[in-house]
Amino acid sequence: MNNWFIRFLTSSVGKKLLMALTGLFLILFLVVHLSGNLQLLHNDGGKSFNIYAEFMSTNVFIQTISKLNFTFILLHVLLSLYLTIQNRRARGGKRYAVTSGKSSVWASRNMGILGTLVLIFLVVHLRHFYGEMHFGSVPTVNYDGKEVRNLAAVVDYWFSKDWYVALYVFCMGALGFHLWHGFVSAFQTLGLNHPKYNGLIFFVGKAFAVIVPALFAYIPIAMYFNL
Amino acid sequence: MKLTLKIWRQKGPNEKGEFKTYVHDKVSPDMSFLEMLDVLNTELIKKGEEPVHFDHDCREGICGMCSLYINGRPHGPLQTTTCQLHMRSFKDGETITIEPWRAKPFPVIKDLVVDRSAFDRIQQAGGYISVNTGAAPDANEIPIPKKIADEAMDAATCIGCGACVAACKNASAMLFVAAKVSHLALLPQGHAERKERVERMVAQMDAEGFGACTNTRACEAECPKGISVAHIARLNREYYNAMLTSYELPSKAGGDG
Ligand code: HEM
Ligand code: SF4
Ligand code: FES
Repeated sequence: MNNWFIRFLTSSVGKKLLMALTGLFLILFLVVHLSGNLQLLHNDGGKSFNIYAEFMSTNVFIQTISKLNFTFILLHVLLSLYLTIQNRRARGGKRYAVTSGKSSVWASRNMGILGTLVLIFLVVHLRHFYGEMHFGSVPTVNYDGKEVRNLAAVVDYWFSKDWYVALYVFCMGALGFHLWHGFVSAFQTLGLNHPKYNGLIFFVGKAFAVIVPALFAYIPIAMYFNL
Repeated sequence: MKLTLKIWRQKGPNEKGEFKTYVHDKVSPDMSFLEMLDVLNTELIKKGEEPVHFDHDCREGICGMCSLYINGRPHGPLQTTTCQLHMRSFKDGETITIEPWRAKPFPVIKDLVVDRSAFDRIQQAGGYISVNTGAAPDANEIPIPKKIADEAMDAATCIGCGACVAACKNASAMLFVAAKVSHLALLPQGHAERKERVERMVAQMDAEGFGACTNTRACEAECPKGISVAHIARLNREYYNAMLTSYELPSKAGGDG
């Protein structure tokens, strides 16, 4: 462990830096993903969504970013597991008999649980949509002479099941709480804490944590109730 | 006032401890928390029982010795040291649970007394500056802007009590280390060792077995000196800068590690 770079990234501060950087990358990914999903709200039989999905799943550049994204999710999850275990151990053999939640926010104390809920969601979600698109057989539709896989139909199928919509909405709630703490926390980890821009980070962070998961959750609700 | 006290009793470092319940009816609201325990101990000694061991020294909020995790919070319900907490902050008839700081790097020595020498080792790893011996330099020889001096002074008020570790769900010592690093990094006198200081202090903090920071800010809320987590952000910046730009140092993480 004499190499400075390894010492840097394996220190407690270094591991937190990796958590923050991967977390912020995932936040960017959420924005891109959401902008795609919102195409489902167009009343065009899924055409704009399908064209978008076809582009995303075949474009070489996007596919490279996608591999990077998977790597970062894995890194974020594995590091979070390691840190959570290490942090529990630091308390020692005996835990407090009485604790109080007065000095911190609930979400900040439960990032592990919230992250796990997001992970469960990710696995289910990848299995049904990403898995079908890349490894399954999705029926195709023809738009102006171009064969395009009809992912919108797959989405329609799942979003007509009440338990699926409920799970989706619940997990978006968990994501919201994860981001409620995570967004602002990542900037603190990067060392970006200054009265000049703290207000901005706080405002954007909290707004993001509410609006983005809410929009994600609105889509299955709208499709289920045919809004 | 009459109180029911649930106090952690543990004979020695390797003994199994347990809670013992005491009914204490000689409490005045004007007593400090430690005076309340003094009276309890007098009663215990009169009865021929072993008094409750707890740490204290200055009893004026400046030494950081008094600890005690009271009803789920370090130093009890107020943001102050236990010696500065008074019984008027509690209700007559209340049950108060008193535990020692719980952290792997702070092992219990006896009852409510823990060994906080891990903090000393972190401090020794880098929390110092080099000065020439000889006549004292002129006080205003080095110009330091008022704002910087104030910020450094805020960090320097840390009394090393360990409430930040006790309050943190990860038993992280980041606020303490941040205060020490920040204080010296801000001042010109601290610049000679600036990079190796933060490298060594973080390495020692990790070697002692403290947890990593998750920015819950519980430390800031419980710190009797109101040290801000802005210092933790500065520690992070100092650490990144040191790791990326310092000259190679032989890694030396002494102590337990
Ligand atoms: C789209 C998905 C996700 C996003 C956008 C995201 C974002 C973030 C961000 C920004 C942070 C704050 C980093 C910091 O404090 O510096 C964070 C922390 C954390 N994340 Fe995630 N995350 C996601 C998924 C997950 C998953 C799947 C897990 C895993 C089980 C997870 C577990 C954690 C944990 C435990 C922390 C706190 C770690 C610590 O501070 O030590 N996250 N996340
Ligand atoms: S930072 Fe505050 S809580 Fe932590 S040791 Fe210093 S004075 Fe005590
Ligand atoms: S006894 Fe010194 S700070 Fe409380």
